[in-house]
Amino acid sequence: MDEDVAIIGAGQSVFARKCGVSVRELCFQAYKEAMEGLDITKDDIDASITCSAPEYDKQRTPSGLISEYLELTPKPAFYVESVCSSSSTGVRIAWSLIKSGLHKVIAVIGFQKMSELTSREAAERMGRGGDIIWESPFGVTMPAGYAMYTRAHMAKYGTTEEQLARVRVKNSSYGARNPKANYRKELSLDDVMNSNVITSPLKMFDCCANCDGSSTVIVARGDIAKRVSKTPIWIIGLGAATDTMTMSGRKSLTGLECSQEAGKQAYEMAGLKPEDIDVAEVHDCFTVSEILAYEDLGFAKPGEGPGLIDDKETYVDGRIPVNVDGGLLSKGHPIGATGGSQIRTIVRQLRGEATEAQVKGAEVGLVHNVGGVGQYGNVTILRR
Amino acid sequence: MGFENFGTVSFTAEAKVADFVTYLEQGKVMTTRCKNCGAKYFPPQMDCPRCLGTEAEWFELKGGAKLITYTTVQYGPSGFEDDAPYTLVIVDFADGLRTFGRLSRDIKESDIKIGMELKVAPVKQANDRISYEFQKA
Ligand SMILES: [Zn+2]
Repeated sequence: MDEDVAIIGAGQSVFARKCGVSVRELCFQAYKEAMEGLDITKDDIDASITCSAPEYDKQRTPSGLISEYLELTPKPAFYVESVCSSSSTGVRIAWSLIKSGLHKVIAVIGFQKMSELTSREAAERMGRGGDIIWESPFGVTMPAGYAMYTRAHMAKYGTTEEQLARVRVKNSSYGARNPKANYRKELSLDDVMNSNVITSPLKMFDCCANCDGSSTVIVARGDIAKRVSKTPIWIIGLGAATDTMTMSGRKSLTGLECSQEAGKQAYEMAGLKPEDIDVAEVHDCFTVSEILAYEDLGFAKPGEGPGLIDDKETYVDGRIPVNVDGGLLSKGHPIGATGGSQIRTIVRQLRGEATEAQVKGAEVGLVHNVGGVGQYGNVTILRR
Repeated sequence: MGFENFGTVSFTAEAKVADFVTYLEQGKVMTTRCKNCGAKYFPPQMDCPRCLGTEAEWFELKGGAKLITYTTVQYGPSGFEDDAPYTLVIVDFADGLRTFGRLSRDIKESDIKIGMELKVAPVKQANDRISYEFQKA
C-alpha cells in the first residue's frame, strides 16, 4: 500500500434547500473547514479542480470564479463533471496530477446551488437527463430509472418495499444527529411506507432531495501530507467505470455494473477485500440504491442486500456500517458537492472525529459515488 | 423530417437515423443491422463502432417480446404534466435486443407482470405527434 498521495483536509457546507448566499460564498464554507488546522496556506495549493453539474449553474465556467475568490490565481484551475459523481471524479484527477509529478497540493471543490433554478427550470433539466433522442421523449426521469432497477430486483429476489423503507429509517436516525444535514427528522417505518408514490414502487421518502451545498477535499503528495497534517488519510484504492446512457443498453437491471467494475478496480489497487472495509459511504440517492450498493460492492451476495438492512448490519455497530452520517437521503444531494461530502465523512471516521456516530477503531473506509442512473461509478478506498 | 414530432416532447430533430420516424408513420417499428459486420442495434444507429462501418440496413422489431421491468411515473418533467401517470418499460425481443418505451394505457398497473408477453406498435398522439408503445401480445 503506497503512501504516495493523501487527503489532508476535507470540509463541507451545511446542506440546505436554500443556502441564501452566492456560489463563491457557499464554496468558501467548505474550503474553510478543509483548510483549518493545516500547516499550509492558499499559496501552497498549486492547482484547483472545481466540480459541478453545469446545467444547474447560472455562472458559466465556475472554476475561474472559485479560483479568484479563494485567491488561487495564477495557479491552474480545472473543471470536471460526471453529474452526481463529479467531486469523486475530481479527487481521482487530483491523485493523477500529483502522482504524475505535475502538482503537489490540489484543492478539489464541489458545489451545486440548486435553488438558483426555478422549479420549472429544474423540471426542464430533469427531462433532459436521459438520452434526448431515444428515451427523454417518453418522459424518463432519474427516479424512474432507479424504480425500474427496483422492480427488477423485487421480481428476481423478492425484495420488499418495507426493506427499502428500512434503509431510510436507518439513515434518518443518523441524519438527525448530523448538524450539516438538510433533513434532520427521524422517520419511522410507517412514515416512509405511507409517503406518496413518486414513481412506483418508489415513494417520496425513498428519494433524496435536491439542495444547495459545497464540499472541499485537499489532496497532497505523501511527503508534504506527512509534514503538514497530523493524520493524513491515504488514498489506497481508486476505481472508475461507466455504463450506458440508455436504459435499454443496460445488461443487468438488478445491479449497477459501473459500481461493480469500479469496486473491483479499487479493491484490486488497495489489495483489499470487501470484508476489510470498516466503514462505507454509498450513493443512496434512493433507498434502493443503497441496497444495490451493498451487493455491487460485495458487502452482500447478489440478492442478499435486503438481509443486511433487515439484520441491522449496516448500523454503526453492525458488521459493515454504511452511511452513518445520514447519507444522501438525509443530508440532501447537491450534485457536484456530494462525493466530497462522502469523502469528508470517511476522513472524519478514520480520524476518529465523527462524534455523532463514530465507528470504533475504523482504519479503512470506502466511498461509492454514482453519477446519473448508474452511468458513472467511482469507488475510492481510504486508509488512516 | 426528423425527430421533431417523436414522443411527447422532443429535444432535437436531426439524425442519420431519422428514417425511424418515417417507418413509424408507415406503421412499422424498425431498427438497424450493420451492413458490413451484421451487428444489430437498438436504438438504431448508422455508425458501427465495432467495424467502423457507416451503412446499416433497417429491419422490423417484431415477434415475441417480454417485459423485463417497469415503473409508473406520477410526476413527469416539463411538458409531461398532462401525461402522467404513464408507465415506462424495458422489453426484450426474442433475438436478444433490449428496448425501452411506454406501455399501452390499456394495461392497468395492477395487471402488469414482469415476464408478460408484449408486442410493439406505432401510435399516433395528439398534435400530429408519433411514437410507439408496447401492447398486450
Ligand atoms: Zn459493423
